[in-house]
Amino acid sequence: MSMTMTQKILAAHAGLDEVKPGQLIEAKLDMVLGNDITSPVAINEFEKAGFEEVFDKSKISLVMDHFTPNKDIKAAQQCKQTRTFARKFDIDNFFDVGNVGIEHALLPELGLVAAGDCIIGADSHTCTYGALGAFSTGVGSTDMAAGMATGKAWFKVPSAIKVELTGTLQPYVSGKDVILHLIGEIGVDGALYQSLEFAGEGVKSLSMDDRLCISNMAIEAGAKNGIFPVDEITKNYMYGRVNRAYQIFEADEDAVYERTISIDLSQLKPTVAFPHLPENTKTIDEVGNVKIDQVVIGSCTNGRLEDMRTAAQILKGKKVARDVRCIVIPATQSIYKECIKQGYLDIFIDAGCAVSTPTCGPCLGGYMGILAEHERCVATTNRNFIGRMGHNLSEVYLANPAVAAASAITGRISDPKEVM
Amino acid sequence: MKAQGHVFKYGDNIDTDIIIPARYLNTADSKELAAHCMEPVDEDFYKNAQAGDIMVGGLNFGCGSSREHAPIAIKACGISCVIAKSFARIFYRNAINIGLAIMECPEAAEEIEAGDEVSVDFETGIITDITKHKQYKAMPFPAFIDNIIKQGGLLHALK
Repeated sequence: MSMTMTQKILAAHAGLDEVKPGQLIEAKLDMVLGNDITSPVAINEFEKAGFEEVFDKSKISLVMDHFTPNKDIKAAQQCKQTRTFARKFDIDNFFDVGNVGIEHALLPELGLVAAGDCIIGADSHTCTYGALGAFSTGVGSTDMAAGMATGKAWFKVPSAIKVELTGTLQPYVSGKDVILHLIGEIGVDGALYQSLEFAGEGVKSLSMDDRLCISNMAIEAGAKNGIFPVDEITKNYMYGRVNRAYQIFEADEDAVYERTISIDLSQLKPTVAFPHLPENTKTIDEVGNVKIDQVVIGSCTNGRLEDMRTAAQILKGKKVARDVRCIVIPATQSIYKECIKQGYLDIFIDAGCAVSTPTCGPCLGGYMGILAEHERCVATTNRNFIGRMGHNLSEVYLANPAVAAASAITGRISDPKEVM
Repeated sequence: MKAQGHVFKYGDNIDTDIIIPARYLNTADSKELAAHCMEPVDEDFYKNAQAGDIMVGGLNFGCGSSREHAPIAIKACGISCVIAKSFARIFYRNAINIGLAIMECPEAAEEIEAGDEVSVDFETGIITDITKHKQYKAMPFPAFIDNIIKQGGLLHALK
């Protein structure tokens, strides 16, 4: 037997001793997730098919995070429909304005997802939970509906790419730069239908927030999932959050990988993805003079406490440049409270930033920071597609929180060292 | 089952924000979604597409978000089949699950041009460019997926 970590988790959830790449399996699910955009479509399908029960009300999470607090009447209708469904089936994990956070920051924080789990979510960044050593992947609303009804999903067992990490990151370089560098190397379809399996002695130098950010953007390389081995850092993170037994899976020594990519973390520089694909990467010393109009610091990719801390360290005592709007969005209420306690919110507001309640809003061009024609934004988000944050002729540059904060101060894409 | 129509052709990495921008995702109504389909790169697509027409894309078609609104919008525009060099995996699942026919065929996706009249035979996987008198063979679906399509989508197959 020789299986990757992903293959082992899938085999266990399919009740099989062994699975092989390409095999079609049906796996039991530990969590089914939806948000205010994808859940209404799933609920319509669930009802149309005539299902009258959910498989397990404690294993469904409905997170109203994309267009909330409701951006318009239609968004309000969608939340209302989801809220009604959640109450009808007494769903345990329904999160609404007041306790909601951005789903992929919220679920790990609350211990609702854990090592060894098999998770689907009707949101492409569901792959985030691979950071905890879970198999976790994005699906559509119909799969979500089927998952809510049956507690199962079909999968084609993926082959894998091994990403061997060595060394430790330099200051102002973070998990975001690891994943942007990797996407720059292999392209936006470089891991299509495959797992990205992170390994090597470099893993232990990466914080949980770094790992969550890296797994989060596995989808941006086309990957089915992006998974980390479970170590003391993972266990410490889950301690006090996950109040149930979890299982640790390890790849076999002789597991087969389609290819291995080596990354020396100590060689990475802050990395920026230029419009309009996450693979269009340049290191900070190559970016040239790119004047900007807006900065967004937040999202399921980089809205966690470490991201807020990094941004605060750079913005402390400084001012956002004239004609630049800087929007900071802590990803959950508990991160928001910690930002208050640590004084980060004072720093942001004194610097001239707008600070918002948790929402996905600007990342997908929903609301809370839409760009006008020819405007440019440096964002700690995950996609820079055409029109992603507003006008079709606007531009999004993806970067880590340190680069985003430094750029807010100078008004152009900048190396954090320039302002520190 | 067969599809036949004129081709709308797009390039590589057609993402779900192009297929249906997120600002329109405050509705699940297929007709409303269709009205904004492909808007960022082809504003008149919705007006020009006729029932039965065929969409052709390059590599990694449908990359990005998991929004099922994307294949729903394409289908609601009357598109009978999407042919591409490769599909992003969530879009691939979603298209099958909602009953939008998709065909992976790099050669056809390369050579077929916008405006060509094309027919697709879903049983055999044969794609015919009627304008250019040329035939291609797409990769067939595995039996498991074929069953989902034949049953009219995932939820029907489950019941």
